[in-house]
Amino acid sequence: MSIVAVEDLVKKFKDLTAVDKVGFTVERGEIFGFLGPNGAGKSTTIQMLATLLKPTGGRAWIDGHDTVREQFAVRQSIGLVFQDPSLDGNLTAMENLDFHARLYNVDPKVLPVRRRELLEMVELSDRTRDLVKTFSGGMKRRLEIARGLLHHPAVLFLDEPTVGLDPQTRNHIWTYIRSLRTKGGVTIFLTTHYMDEAENCDRIAIIDHGQIVALDTPAGLKQMVGKDIVNLTSKNVDRLAGEIAERFGLKGNRLDGQLQLETEQGDLFIPRLLAEVGSAVDSVNLHKPTLDDVFLKLTGRAIREESISAGDAMRTMMKRRLR
Amino acid sequence: MRNAKAIYTIWLRDLIRFSRERSRIVGLLGQPLLYLLIVGNGFASSFHLPYAPPGTSYLQFMYPGIIGMSVLFTAVFSGISIVWDREFGFLKEVLVAPVPRWTVAIGKTLGGSTVAMIQAAILLILAPFVGVHLSPQIVPAILGILFLIAFALTSFGIFVASRMQSMEGFQMIMNFLIMPLFFLSGALFPLRGLPAWMGYLMRIDPLTYGVDALRNVLFASGPLRAVFVQFPIHVDLLVVTGMALVLVGAATIGFNRQT
Ligand SMILES: Nc1ncnc2c1ncn2[C@@H]1O[C@H](COP(=O)(O)OP(=O)(O)OP(=O)(O)O)[C@@H](O)[C@H]1O
Ligand SMILES: [Mg+2]
Repeated sequence: MSIVAVEDLVKKFKDLTAVDKVGFTVERGEIFGFLGPNGAGKSTTIQMLATLLKPTGGRAWIDGHDTVREQFAVRQSIGLVFQDPSLDGNLTAMENLDFHARLYNVDPKVLPVRRRELLEMVELSDRTRDLVKTFSGGMKRRLEIARGLLHHPAVLFLDEPTVGLDPQTRNHIWTYIRSLRTKGGVTIFLTTHYMDEAENCDRIAIIDHGQIVALDTPAGLKQMVGKDIVNLTSKNVDRLAGEIAERFGLKGNRLDGQLQLETEQGDLFIPRLLAEVGSAVDSVNLHKPTLDDVFLKLTGRAIREESISAGDAMRTMMKRRLR
Repeated sequence: MRNAKAIYTIWLRDLIRFSRERSRIVGLLGQPLLYLLIVGNGFASSFHLPYAPPGTSYLQFMYPGIIGMSVLFTAVFSGISIVWDREFGFLKEVLVAPVPRWTVAIGKTLGGSTVAMIQAAILLILAPFVGVHLSPQIVPAILGILFLIAFALTSFGIFVASRMQSMEGFQMIMNFLIMPLFFLSGALFPLRGLPAWMGYLMRIDPLTYGVDALRNVLFASGPLRAVFVQFPIHVDLLVVTGMALVLVGAATIGFNRQT
């Protein structure tokens, strides 16, 4: 049985359809990613799965529990890290965890061990008695992840877990996420609009305007776009093109004075190419298809990471300022 | 059992936060003190309470009202603080927890009531300085009444919070809800001899009965009772309890509805 099962899920806000007949399943132990631009409906989907929003249509099950009819069972079996911070800044890290443990009825006998393990994992063991409002954004995020795991959920939902964080902290967080999978047990459902992060997932659903436009492994998705592209420059492009056509049976395209070749496994192809016609080549450039290309091909738009993340960083910063 | 644990969790958080917010404690204690010192002494020297026997001080009359004011502000703000929790995101952590919403509303009500009661109780220390005799026997009764008022008013704050989208409406609520509740409660002037319309308004202010209950207990045996107290104690208690029940119901329903 799939740990998360979703059937024709719909959410309408007045005349806006935020989530439009979304359906998928997530298997136990998987890292499953939702990739999409701002407003695609990622958070709305998570909120429906987490029982915080009532679907307009469709159904969803977490670990076999219906998200509308068995709310408490669903809530007990999920951990949730929201897109926006949700800690109490006027409590210490420890108090925030204890608050959570009581609400989720964690056995007081196992709590100290679990708390210590999780705090060690997110590297906050030495800050447990500090008020959370004195934490940096990355520390808060890490504490939220530890908190979400405290009651041993079957599924951990992470809504944009690394937005607004520096690359080093992002890497850290990904290390925890991957280590969770190795330890087994918990399934991870996360959303992101960072393409490079999505690569870490076992499977990715690309969502746009409330609809899933593709769902596959990262490699599978990239295959949809096509082969690797090798760009060559040369003093004599015509002659180079001729030679390559002769020896490799590849017909290249001329583009801005460059020669563009489409091939599978470009990284293996380049050494062979250079061994044969290397003297005629001035420079080589390999472009492997990215999820960006996939997104572009599927939606006709680029996801434009930079402008998005700048906006989010701003928003997150404002929130923290207010605190 | 699990629900009791949830209520306790929410209650405990309010108490921990309270113990940490020194400036808030000072502020909330300072305000009643200022009222007592400035308004109280100012009025005491210029006005004479109607029907009062000679030697009666206005401060004696005002003192229970000021305690009521302390409860009013602390309790209502505790309830309204849910709006902050929503604004800062913490409320989501509570709403997604596997506990019924009503336990959260009740826990919050009890937390706010406890904090308000503690604050008001601290003001009891002032009793000798304003000429009010406080015997040890009546202290439990006073704490009980304070708790009841605080419970009703925290519920009221939670109910208001569940209808507020952001802190922007806060000034409005302060000016058009909380200050009138205070001024019309009989904290500063007695109900007797007022224009009829004001009398009606005072009678629908829950705080009126709370303050009156305090006066009932504080001046139970003295000659001032006839002058200061407006309703029999059982009426006061009945009204305050009734209001507390209605308001906690409204708070729970209001809290349940929000997302
Ligand atoms: N409570 C709400 N009321 C009205 N519209 C809403 C509400 N919540 C979300 N929406 C709308 O639904 C759409 C999807 O929003 P959602 O938050 O799910 O997007 P997202 O994919 O999480 O985007 P982001 O990357 O910015 O977090 C948006 O157009 C948004 O404006
Ligand atoms: Mg979102």
